[in-house]
Amino acid sequence: MGSIYALAALGFNIIYNATGIINFAQGEFVMLGAMLMAYFAAVLKLPLLLAFIVVVLLVACVGLILERGCIHPLKNPSILVLVMITIAASILLKGVTMFIAGKEVHGMEYFSGENTVVDMGGAKVPTQTFWILGVLGVVVCGLVIFFNLTLAGKAMRACAFDRTAASLMGIPTKRMVMFSFFLSAAIGGMAGAVIVPISMADYQSGAMFGIKGFGAAVFGGLGNNFGAVSAGLILGILEALTAGYLSSHYKDALPLAVLLLVLFVKPSGLFGSEAAGRLKKF
Amino acid sequence: MLRIQNIRSFYGNLLVLKNLSLHINEGEIVTLIGANGSGKSTLLKSIMGLLPPRQGLIVFQDKDITHLRTEKIVRLGIALVPEGRHIFAPLSVQDNLLLGSYSRYSFRNKSEVMADFDRIFDLFPHLVKKRKQLAGTLSGGEQQMLAIGRALMSRPRILLLDEPSMGLAPIIVEDIFAKITKLRSEEKTTILLVEQNAEMALDISDRGYVLETGKIVFQGPREDLLENAEIKRAYLGK
Ligand SMILES: Nc1ncnc2c1ncn2[C@@H]1O[C@H](COP(=O)(O)OP(=O)(O)OP(=O)(O)O)[C@@H](O)[C@H]1O
Ligand SMILES: [Mg+2]
Repeated sequence: MGSIYALAALGFNIIYNATGIINFAQGEFVMLGAMLMAYFAAVLKLPLLLAFIVVVLLVACVGLILERGCIHPLKNPSILVLVMITIAASILLKGVTMFIAGKEVHGMEYFSGENTVVDMGGAKVPTQTFWILGVLGVVVCGLVIFFNLTLAGKAMRACAFDRTAASLMGIPTKRMVMFSFFLSAAIGGMAGAVIVPISMADYQSGAMFGIKGFGAAVFGGLGNNFGAVSAGLILGILEALTAGYLSSHYKDALPLAVLLLVLFVKPSGLFGSEAAGRLKKF
Repeated sequence: MLRIQNIRSFYGNLLVLKNLSLHINEGEIVTLIGANGSGKSTLLKSIMGLLPPRQGLIVFQDKDITHLRTEKIVRLGIALVPEGRHIFAPLSVQDNLLLGSYSRYSFRNKSEVMADFDRIFDLFPHLVKKRKQLAGTLSGGEQQMLAIGRALMSRPRILLLDEPSMGLAPIIVEDIFAKITKLRSEEKTTILLVEQNAEMALDISDRGYVLETGKIVFQGPREDLLENAEIKRAYLGK
């Protein structure tokens, strides 16, 4: 479960780094990924890998359309306006999904077969957990390589650090923003596609994914990808413990509690430092 | 080579450049001096498309660039070393330079870009040992060298420098100015130098302009500026 929050948090970070905005539609990307995956794999019975790729591309395109249609045309929008646009977009995505897919909960069987588990020292771990961890691992490695070893990745980091200086290098900063939406939507879609066998999804699931991902992003220090992954995993473990020792009624409240606590106590997050200054823009 | 005609630039409703005109010929070093807030940096931002003028014309090599986007302007061969350096602190020295070549980097001319690394390191041997270091850990002088080197990586035909001497010890300033002269003589780079350090800047220039509250109030060859009584009093501290 924590891996999903980590993935959602990474999505928040990528857009935040490129644009300085919190994309409140990030949870909706996860929801879309989950719904589409359930549709393609369980209803259309496409091969898993094909379904996964199609889903990720589709969700990434939704991210692209969101940026092209709503963010790009604005000349000098304030951060607040942009954030409100993402909120509007999330409501829109939710509505459209409900309209098309209905209000039912959708799910599918585990990638490795119906309810398969692995026995690990007595604890029965669903096989899907490993799929989720695997996807997280691949995404993290991919991002590390992208941001540290490719020119485009370095250009994106440069944009995140100093937009003006980046454009003085000839870096097309607007295209980088577009790409950041594409990338984080793709990651959101992946998260949704791997989680749906475990958690099922309906048109409303996005909010929960969004809030928990945002909680992990802030917890880990907004904009800090290492922090996001660690915080996402910690949050997932805490949630499991809450469900185990207290009551599963409280488990959803935990990320919110953590979010508030972090905002009160250490707004720069567990691993953040400079991000604190940037957070003040809100 | 670069011609600026009657531009008016605004921040919101604040008119900062008031019908400003100037030109730079190929191969020249031109210095622009002016008090704090007179609009020097604003002029450079207007040239680079960061703050396009609302009126007037900016022409570079017979091409109207007034309303082009910054990345296009860089591609045409204009580079700015911004005031305050603006290096990418969390990236290595080498990556800063690499990003400087972004506008012309491609698989095909990779070896050319690599050769340019050596050119920059020849010009600023200081940076060689620090190439793997994070740019944020460099000293002020080194950061300025990096900022200039980064701008040069785009192979500009004209280099705009906004107060490269700011906050640096005189000996380092001298070094940097020597490098600027060398750029002109060896690489034929045209240079527009914006400086508070008027005397040193004029010493290496061919011509100069004086900017006061958004207007050019004096222009001429170096000697004219150095000998003008009013400029001496106001900008050269004599
Ligand atoms: N981003 C901005 N928003 C609004 N006004 C600005 C902005 N930047 C500069 N100004 C105003 O424009 C005028 C010119 O500023 P500019 O930075 O061009 O001056 P300068 O000649 O470069 O001064 P300095 O020597 O201090 O660098 C000043 O009055 C300044 O207050
Ligand atoms: Mg200035």
